[in-house]
Amino acid sequence: MSGTDGSSVATPAGKSSGGANGAVVKSEQIVEIVSDSGEGAQKAGQTFGTISAKMGNGVWTVEIIPAEIKPPARSKAGASGIRVRIASDNVTNMGDEADLVVAFNEQVLYGRIEQHAYKKGTVVLLENKWAASPMAEVQKQYTEAVKEFKRLGLDVREMPLEEKCLEFMPDPRLGKNMFVLGMLCSIYGRDLQKAADEIAVVFKKKGEKVIELNRSLLQAGFDYGRTQLSDLSVEIPPRKEIPPQVVMNGNQALALGIMASGMDVVAMYPITPATSVSHHLAGTFHRAGGILHQAEDEIAAIGFAVGASYAGKTACTITSGPGLALKTEFLSLAVMAEIPLVTIIVQRGGPSTGLPTKVEQGELLTAVFGATGDNPKIVMAAATIEECFHFVIVARKLAEEFRMPVLLLSDANLATGVQPFPRPEPQAEWLASPFDQSPWQEGVRAYDWDHKTGMSTRPIPGQVGGEYVLTGLAHTEESKVAYEPEANQFGCTMRSRKLASFQSTLRTPVINGEPEGDLLVIGWGSTLGAIDEAVANLQADGRKVSSLHLRFLSPLEPGLSEIFARFNHVMTVEINYSDPADDPLVTVENRRRAQLARLIRSRTLCDVDCWSNVHGQPLHPRDIYDEIIGRLDSTNGGEVK
Amino acid sequence: MIKKEADWIQELPPNQYTIEDYDGGEARWCPGCGDFAVLSAVKRICRDNQIPPEKMVAVSGIGCSSRFPHYMNTYGFHGLHGRALPVACGIKARRPDLDIWVATGDGDCCSIGAGHWIHAIRYNMNITVMLFDNNVYGLTKNQSSPTSPQGLVTSTHPSGTWLPPLNPTLATLGFTNVSFVAQTVDWNPPHLYATLNAAYQHKGLSFVRIMQRCPTFTPNLFDPIINDPTRLILLTHENGIEVEPAVEKKFKNKVVHDPSDMTGARDLSTLEGKLAIGLLFHDPNTVIYDEFTNHGLDMDAGDKLKAVREEIARFAI
Ligand SMILES: Cc1ncc(C[n+]2csc(CCOP(=O)(O)OP(=O)(O)O)c2C)c(N)n1
Repeated sequence: MSGTDGSSVATPAGKSSGGANGAVVKSEQIVEIVSDSGEGAQKAGQTFGTISAKMGNGVWTVEIIPAEIKPPARSKAGASGIRVRIASDNVTNMGDEADLVVAFNEQVLYGRIEQHAYKKGTVVLLENKWAASPMAEVQKQYTEAVKEFKRLGLDVREMPLEEKCLEFMPDPRLGKNMFVLGMLCSIYGRDLQKAADEIAVVFKKKGEKVIELNRSLLQAGFDYGRTQLSDLSVEIPPRKEIPPQVVMNGNQALALGIMASGMDVVAMYPITPATSVSHHLAGTFHRAGGILHQAEDEIAAIGFAVGASYAGKTACTITSGPGLALKTEFLSLAVMAEIPLVTIIVQRGGPSTGLPTKVEQGELLTAVFGATGDNPKIVMAAATIEECFHFVIVARKLAEEFRMPVLLLSDANLATGVQPFPRPEPQAEWLASPFDQSPWQEGVRAYDWDHKTGMSTRPIPGQVGGEYVLTGLAHTEESKVAYEPEANQFGCTMRSRKLASFQSTLRTPVINGEPEGDLLVIGWGSTLGAIDEAVANLQADGRKVSSLHLRFLSPLEPGLSEIFARFNHVMTVEINYSDPADDPLVTVENRRRAQLARLIRSRTLCDVDCWSNVHGQPLHPRDIYDEIIGRLDSTNGGEVK
Repeated sequence: MIKKEADWIQELPPNQYTIEDYDGGEARWCPGCGDFAVLSAVKRICRDNQIPPEKMVAVSGIGCSSRFPHYMNTYGFHGLHGRALPVACGIKARRPDLDIWVATGDGDCCSIGAGHWIHAIRYNMNITVMLFDNNVYGLTKNQSSPTSPQGLVTSTHPSGTWLPPLNPTLATLGFTNVSFVAQTVDWNPPHLYATLNAAYQHKGLSFVRIMQRCPTFTPNLFDPIINDPTRLILLTHENGIEVEPAVEKKFKNKVVHDPSDMTGARDLSTLEGKLAIGLLFHDPNTVIYDEFTNHGLDMDAGDKLKAVREEIARFAI
């Protein structure tokens, strides 16, 4: 993966064997379609992924998103498209280098090569119309590129994609994505009928004519593949017995989780990459009895949700880093006044406006600590798309039970990644129970804290005899403004105690691998799949490495110190900033470590190291593998001093 | 015998609330603060409309005036500086059965919360908003407010406030979907009562700017109007706010103003050296956001589960 000039490709690896009809049988394949934005690559890739999932393969798709909305055509920075990883087994991450890429122009391919997306032998199916471009400059760029790609060891096949589509439509730019889909279906032995059905779903709103046209393009691509690319045929056998599945991205899973949790109100202000949760809710939420409120800003959104929750209705607000920053004052109010509230944060790159469409796990410490004063709140993170669905339900219940805000972290990787998972069967107990309007029990105070647990029940407006004034000021158990210094100490203690009570109900996290060894790798959030895969490869190589993935970050899951004690070294792998240990001015004391590492160090007093970056990309298993091997083989294996 | 008694003993309905039923904690405003007048007017309105205390929520931000909910024996929400309106809207969105009263100061509403103010007017939810306009920051002790008159000496502008004041009434009249705008003063209790009561009856957001004296920081600010009764103009109209004839008689200066007349309302909100009180603008036919947010309130669990199942099925493979 490493290169001196950035234009390098890795040496291939992977298992394969001979299959039927000359197809090579492989356990997995990574396929990309890259293009200028707006050329339909993502639609073709998503459809390809869905067809594969329907055929029983494990699938993970991830969008390749340029930083700008309309980057210049034919530019490295404009590389847009999609990666689809298909396997015989469950797929949990986007993997390392692609096996095959369809490129609509050579410049976007350069962009991907710079991001180490390919290896020697990666098949490149390249649009060749540029060779005959009326612009001499373009012709030259194209010819040089093909030479360069071959020099790098890529298996370049030039082909007339648009020309082939001209038979069907005057502007083939709009149709070649379905031609490509057909080609991929032939290479990977996809069921053509399933593909045709899928086209009907994708173009449902566009009408029968468009569906027919796209089906013709699909067929043409399929025929082209069969006749011209038969040597590329690969068979990826499906998984065996699997329970009924659904396939979706993380934001769709969050939206469905919100509905399945019986949430009553979702208040939000648009922000990438969280916004599409609201798009999914917009047309459907009302069917489950909920409402979506697009507020005037993030502060108003959380205020609206807090108001609804105060009035006994379950409420949720959704945002990303910049919006979370704005919400912190209301989050402290929800802590102080003990208002249940679910806040979903789909993280992106920071600081500030940062990398709006890119992956980062940079909001952990803001989620745990960012607010005024002492702020005990529950913070949890989904590690998979399936968890995006189920964790909303958990979060809502915890918020109500512990009468406090629960922050649920997701990120851009989960938001746009598409993966199949067992189809959830909605349960009545997942729904919020109707709000209580019976008379309030006499003698019970608004904050009748159980001194052992800090827990209490809250009156809901409408309950006769429960009248109280909620306040963000320090208050007594009666919710009266507190003028005694002890009252604030006591209130803080009670609210903090709730976290300890909750932690006592959590189980010690499961260790992936042996319970002792040279190195324990800790992760959180969307890196689960990549870390697991890297660790599995290390274990297969006989390395004494195990991993552990946290879902609860506040309170932390219990038993960590004991687990750590059985490993020589402990490190986190994260997608957020940390100082490289060998930076000239960095010392063991002043080193700013990755966020989970900081959190765990302060909680466990263990010397937890970290490896992280802020490239804005999901982690490759290979990079994690290489980093760990490097550390294990260095003299101390731990933090470079 | 018993029957006879029934003829002359008036039987009280089971929930006959008295003023005392709305008494919350002892109000801790400075002696002479205009907020006391508003508090007693609201309690009377509650009694006269027999609002069950458990069905009312007083929502506020932060400021002296925002202490208001603590002094009512209803439900209350004393939240964050500037953020009363989003909270009030969130409560109302799913609880049409609750009466929402918002208490907000001129700093709370027109400065830190100005964004929410614009949008709350546009949402036009069925809530009553009382702007306690004392032209100064009270709680934080005498800083300039956006409504401070130009030249007012404050702790942050010791040689006099630099900028001309923002006119909350004129501004509100300019916001889209505005439906009810009135002005009143703390020193005329009958008018204060009548105005807030009319606001309460209005369906949609009613915005009432109350000129409120701060005895500590702006004690003489309204003196020119108080001392010269001709400067206080009572707005009258058959569609306006009705006050008792005895009260009306006391006004030396009256103007008949049709509250559907927006241009007239804007003119009356910008009088030089004078103050028009009463109903400036009323449009009963505006879009009310509640009508969208009240959707599906009584949906039962079975229907919800069915819908969720169907939505999940759309992703099935
Ligand atoms: C976020 C935030 N900023 C500032 C304050 C401090 N603060 C509290 S009340 C207030 C202004 C009060 O003035 P106004 O809203 O006019 O109400 P009054 O006290 O005059 O009734 C300020 C600046 C705060 N509580 N929170």
